Amino acid sequence: MKKVHVSTTVNGQQEEALCEVHQSLLDLLRDELGLTGTKEGCGTGDCGACTVLLDGRLVCSCLVLGVEAEGKEVTTIEGIAEPDRLHVVQQKFLEHAALQCGICTPGFIVAAKALLDQNPDPDETTIRYWLAGNLCRCTGYDKIVRAVQDAAQELAQSS
Amino acid sequence: MAEAVDLKAIGTRPIRPDGVDKVTGRANFGADMALPGMVHAKVLRSPYAHARIKNVDLSKALELDGVFAAICGRDLPEEGANDLSINILARDKALYHGHAVAAVAARTPALAEQALDLIEVDYEELDPVLSIDDAIADGATLVNENMYTNGDRSQPPSNIAAKQKFERGDVEKGFAEADVVVEESYRVPTAHQGYIEPHACIATINEAGRATVWCCTQGQFDVRSMTAGVLNKKVSDIKVIPSEIGGGFGGKTTIYLEPVAVKLSEISGRPVKMVMNREEVFRATGPTSATFCRTKVGAKSDGTITAATAWLAYEAGAFPGAPVGPGCMSVLAPYNLENLLIEGLDVLVNKPKVAAYRAPGAPQSMHAMECTIDEVARKIGMDPIDLRLKNAADEGTVAPYGPRFPAIGLVECLKAAREHPNYLSQKGEGVGRGVAVGFWFNIGMQSSAEVRIAENGAVTIMEGSPDIGGSRASMCLMAAETLGVSYDTINAHVGDTEATGFCNVTGGSRTTFATGLAVVQACEDIIAQCKERAALTWDLDVDQVDWEEGKAVPKPGVNADVQPLSLADIARSAGRTGGPLLGRASLNAQGPGASFSVNWTDVTVDRDTGKVDVLAFTAVQDAGRAIHPAYVEGQMQGGAVQGLGWALNEEYIYDQKGVMENAGFLDYRVPVASDMPMIECQIVEVPNPSHPYGVRGVGETPIVAPLAATSNAVRDVLGYRINDLPLSPPRVLETLDESN
Repeated sequence: MKKVHVSTTVNGQQEEALCEVHQSLLDLLRDELGLTGTKEGCGTGDCGACTVLLDGRLVCSCLVLGVEAEGKEVTTIEGIAEPDRLHVVQQKFLEHAALQCGICTPGFIVAAKALLDQNPDPDETTIRYWLAGNLCRCTGYDKIVRAVQDAAQELAQSS
Repeated sequence: MAEAVDLKAIGTRPIRPDGVDKVTGRANFGADMALPGMVHAKVLRSPYAHARIKNVDLSKALELDGVFAAICGRDLPEEGANDLSINILARDKALYHGHAVAAVAARTPALAEQALDLIEVDYEELDPVLSIDDAIADGATLVNENMYTNGDRSQPPSNIAAKQKFERGDVEKGFAEADVVVEESYRVPTAHQGYIEPHACIATINEAGRATVWCCTQGQFDVRSMTAGVLNKKVSDIKVIPSEIGGGFGGKTTIYLEPVAVKLSEISGRPVKMVMNREEVFRATGPTSATFCRTKVGAKSDGTITAATAWLAYEAGAFPGAPVGPGCMSVLAPYNLENLLIEGLDVLVNKPKVAAYRAPGAPQSMHAMECTIDEVARKIGMDPIDLRLKNAADEGTVAPYGPRFPAIGLVECLKAAREHPNYLSQKGEGVGRGVAVGFWFNIGMQSSAEVRIAENGAVTIMEGSPDIGGSRASMCLMAAETLGVSYDTINAHVGDTEATGFCNVTGGSRTTFATGLAVVQACEDIIAQCKERAALTWDLDVDQVDWEEGKAVPKPGVNADVQPLSLADIARSAGRTGGPLLGRASLNAQGPGASFSVNWTDVTVDRDTGKVDVLAFTAVQDAGRAIHPAYVEGQMQGGAVQGLGWALNEEYIYDQKGVMENAGFLDYRVPVASDMPMIECQIVEVPNPSHPYGVRGVGETPIVAPLAATSNAVRDVLGYRINDLPLSPPRVLETLDESN
């Protein structure tokens, strides 16, 4: 089957890739662009491990075709930190031990950052519902929620 | 010995050494690896739960352009064709829906899938055995025609692979002495570990027969020995490199893909990558046993338990090996009893071969017993914690499975729970509260560790326990404490099978205990060497030198006008005093120290939908000593939520032909963030006398008590008991309709 040429912007970088028509954005990122920080847990949009931003919207990249990224902007976990320091959400995940195995962590961090970008002062319920599309089997969510709460607080203080 | 010492590093909560790579996407997990020239393999799986395989024809698949190799069961060696091998590729029978039958390696994953459709398998469908009741009924269809209970060929073949029994005292006499007797039976469904990372590996083998395997596993050495066994190769011909691991909970202590990938690499001459999808993970890996348990408890009106019995039947899947042994060991472990009888059955059914799942076997049997104990407390009108305190096992109690407990923390946990504000609080209107005790015996086993000191004094730990939940941080903390140096100067690495000494799996809650013990001993080896180097430098005898706060110093009273030598000082001049500093230890750790817990939860039940909401959950557990308290809490919280998921929603749902109908995260519903409250933790520390810092394993106990705690809470709010799990909306609603 002929491959399709895709031009897209990933973490601010212009990228060109050849993509099979059935390939997901997740596969495009991982297999063609080498961005393996985005993880596959289910391939059916149920676990959120593959969460990325597509033109600013949270999506499960396993449910988006690679060819749909044409002309769009994608943000992945690799694009969250500043060149010289972690994003506050990343830092708080570390400080609160909000990860155990770490496979779901990239998806959670992309989703949590998106929440705080849009709602800088979410309450616990809002955080829990916003992150309900991301499965974590290790932590029981407690420390993840606390990390996001703390990140919100720190962002509020620094702004 | 665990003394009350002034600890500096242990008990703090530093950032884990592998943390930055895990929050930035740099950490490489099982599916993240790629090799030049690699091809991709996929597995053809049985569409029947039970079928004779009359023929497998791979020829059309092999003709497809871009296909490099295809194999089926007959391509694996007959020598070494044990259950593991037959589970990896079926031979004469497909034993469950999803059982691997053949595999193809092709240029792309999509092409490999396409090739699977071209494989022709001639099946003769057989009746599947789908429940314990069917399996043990007279005249049952046999899952395995050559299975004899406990190997006893004087009896006809059976689906009961094994029976076992623990017995003490006279239970009939005990029940006769009781004022109250409660007898109940309970069913717990099949549940999956639900690790978010599917199984994945890459294998390559060269013409000399040397194979290298990258995979996500809880134990690289076990992957090596199991792969060697299935392929009838020498362990020394296989190198296994563990990736980061995206959860396992016991499910990654065995193998499914690795020998297939090696075999396909051998045929194709290329590296072969295999990654399962989620459906395959559900259908063909993991799950733990569905169970049917009968329990009977007798007690006097003052709460003294006079006798208890448990009959525990566990589904093993299609091969023997249900965790019924640990189920039997755990079921009455919290109680000091004169009269008990525990019987366990390992039962074959046409379902996937069960794998270890966090405290394997204990959640099911203890769900049954802790619900029954709750009913006893209700009948005699006693607080459920007081009833347990009245009968609690303590130091010196002989466990039902034989050994005498050394110092254990059950009484301390029960007392902590009894005084906890969350227990003393009034529960709200329409709220039910349930309590249960959890237990896991924990294991020791073999570990190795090396501690290497760089020329600037930086410390590198090399060990062999895959880090599944922050264990590198625990290793670094124990090394910092022992050596007396800063945590920040230490890093820990998980070595491959050729980079580090043998280590058993990360499992049995053994890593911080056993591998930690090896790290401590390797650090003590470094200290001994540093003292020798300092003695040499100062022209003193080694017994005139002490190690204090990370420095060599002359012992008090030794007349030497010298400055203390730090680890970095000694490392810098190591070339002049005997060469690099390298400490090592290997051991078979004894005395892992059981960990007990007490959990309670507050719930409400929506009477229109049957949905149970968890309002609060508190976990109290004995950690011996918490090396990194945040990761201990993490184990307690994570285990609690897995247990809550099993109690409330998780189950394998099968159709009449043995096809799992909910093989995805949409329908096999694990808890999400919005389902759960904060999980409050209280760590109790009754030091384990067999560890220098008092460590007990903490990873498994947390999943045990939540099942019964939830059941007891729902019982409390409804006023009647639903014996079977999960307490999902349909099941609860059905009983509400009946009770109306």
